[in-house]
Amino acid sequence: MTIPVVDPDLVELAASVFADATDGNLWDTLEQTGLARLAVAEDAGGSGGSLLDLGAVLVEAGAAAAWAPLAETDLGCRLAAAAGLEVPAGPLTFALDAPLTVDGDAVSGTLTRVPWGRSAAAVVALTADSVVVLDPATATVVEGTNVAEEPRDTLSWSAATAAVAPAPEGAAAEFARWAALSRSLLLAGAARGALTRAVGYAGEREQFGRPIGRFQAVQQQLALAAAEVAAGGAAAESAARVVVRDGIAAPTAQLAVASAKVRTGQAATEVARIAHQVHGAIGFTREHDLRLTTTRLWAWRDEDGTDGDWAARIGDLTLAAGADGLWSLVTA
Amino acid sequence: MTQTLSRLPALTPPAAELPARAEALRAEVREFLADERAAGAWTPRSDVWLSGWDEDFTRRLAARGWLGMTIPAEYGGHGASPLDRYVVTEELLAAGAPVAAHWVADRQIGPSLLRHGSEAQRRKYLPGIAAGEVYFGIGMSEPDSGSDLASVRSRATKVDGGWSLTGTKVWTSGGHHAHAFFALVRTSPPEEGKRHSGLSQLIVDLHADGVTIRPIPLLTGAHHFNEVVFDDVFVPDDMVLGDVGSGWGQVTGELAFERSGPERFLSTFPLLAALVGELSGADLGPAGRRELGSLVARLWALRRMSLAVAGSLASGEAPELAAAVVKDLGTRFENEIIDAARLLVSIPPDPGAEGGYARLLADAVLHAPGFTLRGGTNEVLRGIVARGLGLR
Repeated sequence: MTIPVVDPDLVELAASVFADATDGNLWDTLEQTGLARLAVAEDAGGSGGSLLDLGAVLVEAGAAAAWAPLAETDLGCRLAAAAGLEVPAGPLTFALDAPLTVDGDAVSGTLTRVPWGRSAAAVVALTADSVVVLDPATATVVEGTNVAEEPRDTLSWSAATAAVAPAPEGAAAEFARWAALSRSLLLAGAARGALTRAVGYAGEREQFGRPIGRFQAVQQQLALAAAEVAAGGAAAESAARVVVRDGIAAPTAQLAVASAKVRTGQAATEVARIAHQVHGAIGFTREHDLRLTTTRLWAWRDEDGTDGDWAARIGDLTLAAGADGLWSLVTA
Repeated sequence: MTQTLSRLPALTPPAAELPARAEALRAEVREFLADERAAGAWTPRSDVWLSGWDEDFTRRLAARGWLGMTIPAEYGGHGASPLDRYVVTEELLAAGAPVAAHWVADRQIGPSLLRHGSEAQRRKYLPGIAAGEVYFGIGMSEPDSGSDLASVRSRATKVDGGWSLTGTKVWTSGGHHAHAFFALVRTSPPEEGKRHSGLSQLIVDLHADGVTIRPIPLLTGAHHFNEVVFDDVFVPDDMVLGDVGSGWGQVTGELAFERSGPERFLSTFPLLAALVGELSGADLGPAGRRELGSLVARLWALRRMSLAVAGSLASGEAPELAAAVVKDLGTRFENEIIDAARLLVSIPPDPGAEGGYARLLADAVLHAPGFTLRGGTNEVLRGIVARGLGLR
């Protein structure tokens, strides 16, 4: 049994970069260390790492609540490369199902809730039939955020000049999966980060003369959260491995990625709930860092397809498989 | 406000892929099961590893080489990988096939004999287990010892050439059919402050003089559980498993193997499959599709976790924490299938039906309380997880 493995040194590097960098200089550090475009081919300006490498780094990024468009940059590179388009250096972002009008190389329209739109070097957007690389500097930007205060901006262009290429066949479905897979890995990490804080807090906070983690009622809650972290982590990692094995276009990848997004979304809800319950009132304030992971859990579970959206797709796959095909579907 | 974060222990082993060989085996098992179904050999049921006692089916499996798979050939087994066994097991459970007769022997008695058994004990039992001819029970719980297993009071007193055993074991599944069981008993008083000391495992012939077996009907009324009473039962010295006084360590090792397998999340899978059958062609609507899809996503994730633990066990590790997590999540999932079925289909459970959705639902409902109890209650398992997290 040969299983591709991720270099532990890479995980350590990523963890230390996310732990040490401040929000303001994180992107520079990511570029200097080669983490910024880790899974992009070397001849396209990346580090040539594997998808599993990227997955491990995204988990660390989620755990540390890293302030950087790491997943978005990877997706932007991936989408542009699939269409044979160049992208500029720097952080990138992307948009799927983009309601843009493309006329030659002139692009018009509005994209809503673009992650990190205000600070990206380019937006790589997938319309019904084209991939376009747009410059946010030529857009009208209305800043917005998700509940974790990450940038989710509205960008409008009016006949802006953009690089345009035909969309590869199947791109809409495949890139929806790429986005959901990345988000699942980030969610798995954020869930672990929240649990780590809750376990640490339960060991430090004393009430009734002892650390609250000594109470069975608290232990049982944290064990439930740990089970969710384990399930979300296993689902996201396994989905990445299925994509490595079979390719993102494979039917197996469809179930794997959808399951990972649903399961990490479910874990997000439960882990955030328990982490806050264990922290008491202090975790419910801006003074405490718990919010960095829990607000991301709440934001991310609904981004790149909600758990409900992806669960409905699995429901369709299940009904199509029927009673006799269900087990084959799950074990493929 | 920041705090220093230490790393959590690994909650799951790395993801595992089944080897190509195991997938070829899966195809063979599916073909076999399809033939069995076509011949009407049995009806798919919920919780078959407790309730599906069918010695003919067990022998047909043995004839295919699918019992005692991990037992070495010199003891009548097949020397296969635990992952091969995993594949066969999950296929049988998913099909709702009657696996109870060989279940305990195949899952834990064989591996325990290989780990702790004497050469004579292995020769005596392993070939029969692999042939599907020798069946075992479990003799752990007692009327006053459930989660607190170290409090067992069954007592073996040294006599000439062996031990004299007195006491009572309960919840022994299939004890009325089984040939023998492993009894956890006290062979000496516990040392001061070491309540796990002085316990031993004895291999008890369930047909021996002084053994009385009484049925304990389940909620369904069916006879699977038994009370096993020993009244001065003679157990020869060569039927002590492992070392006298090492029972606790041996038993907890046994439990680790039985916590993360596919039986911890597939007990109600036949109901889920029947549910999908009932829903095909129905107008499920978006909420129903989400409910169904959410369930399948959980199943997919659970299986991946269980496989990761199996891969880790196969490479000689003992991922106790991850195994406890699989059992906690998996047995709750077995209950979630019932909840979803009731939400999505308006067919009441019918314990009198021959088969089909209504019978699967009835058996699942009436068996469900056991899912989160057997093999260590979920609360005890969460205690293990909490200890792993450094909380206790």
